[in-house]
Parts: sequence; C-alpha cells; structure tokens
Amino acid sequence: MSGHSNYEPKTGFERWLDVRLPIVRLAYDSMVDFPTPKNLNYWWTFGGILAVCLAIQIVTGVVLAMHYVPHVDYAFASVERIMRDVNYGWLVRYMHANGASMFFIAVYIHIFRGLYYGSYKAPREVLWILGCVIYLLMMATAFMGYVLPWGQMSFHGAVVITNLFGALPVVGPSITTWLWGGFAVDDPTLNRFFSLHYLLPFMIAGVVILHIWALHVPGNNNPAGVNVKSKADTVPFHPYYTVKDGFAIAVFLIMFASFVFFNPNALGDAVNYVQANPLVTPAHIVPEWYFLPFYAILRAVPDKLMGVLLMFGAIAMLFILPWLDTSKVRSMRYRPTAKLYFLIFVVACLVLGFCGGKLPDAHVIPGLSTFTLIDADLNSMVWLSRVSALYYFAYFLVILPVLGLTETPLPQPESISEPVLSHSANAPAGAAASPEKRG
Amino acid sequence: MADTVVGANPDPHAAGEDPNRRDFIHIAATVAAVGAVGGLAWPFIDQMNPAGDTLALASVEFDLNKVELGQQVTIKWRGKPLFIRRRTGKEIAAAIKDDHADLRDPATDESRHKPGKAEWLILIGTCTHLGCVPTFGGGDFGGWFCPCHGSHYDTSGRIRKGPAPKNLVVPDYAFLSDSKVKVG
Repeated sequence: MSGHSNYEPKTGFERWLDVRLPIVRLAYDSMVDFPTPKNLNYWWTFGGILAVCLAIQIVTGVVLAMHYVPHVDYAFASVERIMRDVNYGWLVRYMHANGASMFFIAVYIHIFRGLYYGSYKAPREVLWILGCVIYLLMMATAFMGYVLPWGQMSFHGAVVITNLFGALPVVGPSITTWLWGGFAVDDPTLNRFFSLHYLLPFMIAGVVILHIWALHVPGNNNPAGVNVKSKADTVPFHPYYTVKDGFAIAVFLIMFASFVFFNPNALGDAVNYVQANPLVTPAHIVPEWYFLPFYAILRAVPDKLMGVLLMFGAIAMLFILPWLDTSKVRSMRYRPTAKLYFLIFVVACLVLGFCGGKLPDAHVIPGLSTFTLIDADLNSMVWLSRVSALYYFAYFLVILPVLGLTETPLPQPESISEPVLSHSANAPAGAAASPEKRG
Repeated sequence: MADTVVGANPDPHAAGEDPNRRDFIHIAATVAAVGAVGGLAWPFIDQMNPAGDTLALASVEFDLNKVELGQQVTIKWRGKPLFIRRRTGKEIAAAIKDDHADLRDPATDESRHKPGKAEWLILIGTCTHLGCVPTFGGGDFGGWFCPCHGSHYDTSGRIRKGPAPKNLVVPDYAFLSDSKVKVG
C-alpha cells in the first residue's frame, strides 16, 4: 500500500483491470511482495490468526441469525432449538460461542506481544490506537452477543453493565433508560443488542482494514525492535509469512476444535442455561473470562463512580501508552529491567482475572483470617485485586515513564541481519525466549 | 492579475472581491448543513428512549392478604422486581433504633413507609449499586443482601454496608384499602 510496486500484470485481463481498478496490484503489494522483517517469531502470527477468528465469527454469526429470534419470550427457546433441531446448529453455535473466547485469547496474546516488543512506539502510534479501537469494539460486540441467549447470566450481566453508566453524575439515569429503551433490561434492550451485535463485527472489519493500512505504512515491528535498514533485513511476505502464519493458524484451529468438539461449555457458565428471570439474581454473577480482570478492578473500588471510572481507565491506559513510555528502545530484549516489570504486569493481569472470578470476600489463602483493613479482610480477593490493580496502573503511569529515563538498556544490534547472521549476538535473543513463553 | 479581472468584469461581487458576501454564503451553507444533520440526528438518538407503549405502563394493584407477617412477596412492576415486605415488630424496632446511626443515605424509618403502616415496606427490589436483586433477610442487618457485590441493607431498606450509594427506592404507591395497594 505504500512505496514502490513490483507488480507486473501477466494476462491481458490483468493489464485491462490494472488501469481501471488496480485491486490485484493492491493485493500483490500488500500480501505477496510486501517486504517483511526476516526475524519475526511466532508471536507475530496472531494477526493472521485474528483475521481468521473474525471471519469465523461473521460466518457463523450470519448463520445463527437465520434461526435466532430476538424476543424475550422466544430468544432462549430459539437458541435451544438451534442446539437440538437445526441441522448442525449445535456445531455452528458452539463454534460461535467458543470462537469468541478464541478471539480474545488471540487478541490478548497479540496485545501483550505489542507491549513486550514496543510495537506501540513511533512511528506506529496510530496503528496501536486503531488496535485499541478494535479491542473496544470486540468487547462491546462480545458483551451484546452474550446477552442474546437470554439466560440468567445474560440478563443479569446486561443489568450490571448497563447500570455502570448510571454511576455517571446527572446524566447517568437518563443514559441507562436510553440504553434500555424502558425502565429495565427488557424486550427493547434485547432487540437493539441483536441489531448492534450484527453491526459491530462489520465495523471491526472496517477498522481492521485501517489497522492493516497503518501497519503497511511503517511496516512490521520485529523482535529486535530496530528499523529495517536494507533489503537484506526483509523477505517477501509470500511465501515466507503466508506459510508461517498458515502453520500457526492450523495449530490454533486444532486448539479451537478441541474446545468445540470435546469441551464446548468449559469456557461458559452453566447458569446461562437457565432462562432469564428478572426477579431472581444468581448467587454469583461473573462475566465471561475475558472480562474478569476489568470486573475485578470494578469491584476493588468501594465507590461506585470511581470503580466505573477506573475500569474504563484501565483501557484508556492502552490508548495513551505511546506517550507514557519514555524509552526510545522498542524491544524489551534490550531492556532487562523493563522486562522484569513487564513480567510482573502480566502476572498482575492474570491475578486480576483470577480475583474477578471469585467472590470479593473469599479468602486468598483458604481458612486464614487475618485482620480487617479498612473494609475487608486483608486475606481476601478484594485486597488482592486492589494490590494488582494498583500495579496495573503504576505500570503505565509510573514505571514506564520513569524507567525509560533511568534504566541502562543493553546495546541494540546495528540491523536486523546482524543478530540473525552473527552467532555471538544470538545471546540476548536466547535470553528473551523464557519470558516470552509466559506472555 | 487582479487588475485584469476587475477590468474584464465591472461587477466586483461576481469576481469574489466582496469577502463579506462570500463568507456569508459559506457560513450560511455550513450552518444549514450542520443544522439539518443535527436535526436529523435527534430522531435517531431519541428512538432508543422508551416508546409510547412502554411509557404507558399500567399501575399494579396488589392484595396484601397474600403476605404473612415476616414474609416478603416479590412482584414484577415496570420490568423490575417490587418487594412487598410485612415486617415484624422486632424488625420495625430495629429499623427505628438505627434512624440516627451513621447512615450513608440518611432517612428515618418513618419516611420510608406510609403513616400508620409501619408493618408494610414497599420497595423497588433492585440494588442501587448495579441493579441486581438483593436476597431477603440476608446481610449483617437482617434486611437484604445483594449477592453481586455485597451490599447490605437494613430492615428499612437503607444501605448500611457495601458499594451501593443509595437506599432501596420507595416507589409511588397508595393504600386503596387496608388490604389493597396500588403501585405507580
């Protein structure tokens, strides 16, 4: 999409088309001839995996919409009909439901990859922000999709999330009424969620095109984090990365299929197989696993408005990250101190996810009551969430800004080719392998 | 160049030499376009607000004889649960005793029921935190406990502990007779 094009139309039709709509040239330049750093590791295959996830969700979703009825009286039954009576309905629905989880697994790895290798730094800030927009759209889509089966968790999850907006001063109650189209989550809410759940994936697809465009202007970042200096640093995207991505996609699909065929409800909540009842809230409300870290932050704050603001603030951190990190060194391979803080950050995110799935008052160490600090026992999920949330925000607001100014990075290679070709410089690359596994 | 243009065309306005007139057209056209788009945006935003039939919700009448002393009956009103609780003397006493305790959303027990009807507590059954339905009789204060995020309400439905900011809401209602209420 940028720079010089090596495309040469081979047939008469291609020559004819090329001067009218150079679409084959566009595809050739961006997916065949595109110069790609030759040192990309498997963490770089998740972009392709995510494209496959989006395609699967759209195809299965369009099919499900042919059988689903967005009405409070029929929604739950229509989903059960899809499961029992519609030909291969069970397969399509399990692909769609597990596909959402697979999508988030891939996107989280993709995001942590970007965080570790500094893919958000200049000149890729817009690329990063577009990625954050995609992530936000994904969360909105997943949330609304989860409401559609109209189970107990669907309904009360929708109640809790829409009530978050009620925390805003003055306009809060009007916004929740506007979102509901009534005085509670009800039929109008279900209808609009269905409409928007169908729309948003296509908006995601649109932003994905912008994301790829913004990727193809500066080109890929790479594990060494240094700029491409010459043609010797790159290989053409095809066949080198079409094959590498293809292999990674195949492995990913095996994992995907193992959930769909052998454990299709492992990632869901059994309570959602009970039809929604507005008069009874399930004893333990939890969102799907991919929202648990944010749910833990929400619950960690005793004040309703502050909890909501911090939860959204956790995502806002990602948007402003390119201007928070003061280090000019992209890859954490050459930032040993930052690497350590990054690892703790990954652990903090996982711990938040763990806490989000537990009751706030539950003990972290079973059976051990310590003392009450402010409002909860110190040995409780609430306090573990608070410590982890504090680290989450400190990583963005304190550690990354300060570390870039105080740390001494390791010497970076002159070019991408240097550590690949010279044996001695392989040492830092090897050292980086162990933390990557945990990302 | 300007000389040539003026010379060729004696009307200075036609040559764009009157900036005020040209600016006016630009501004007027922009305002009209923005106004039209803005005016059209409102119907598309407002269509999501409650529709006429949703707003025209019938009120609910309820026969109080169904509730035994110490019991609560939950009915659905405006899509939400409505608690109708018949309090015991002990529960009323506990509520009055705490009238001047350290309350987050201060209210006397008397202000939360109809005069002379202390036995009947009628509340909207959604937690003021994030809208879950609190469970009857739970929590540290014997009123309600919200399972979602752990808010405790007392026997007057006042928030006592946990993340909720407000007391359980008292809806508009009236006693039609000793055994009948009309809510809404």
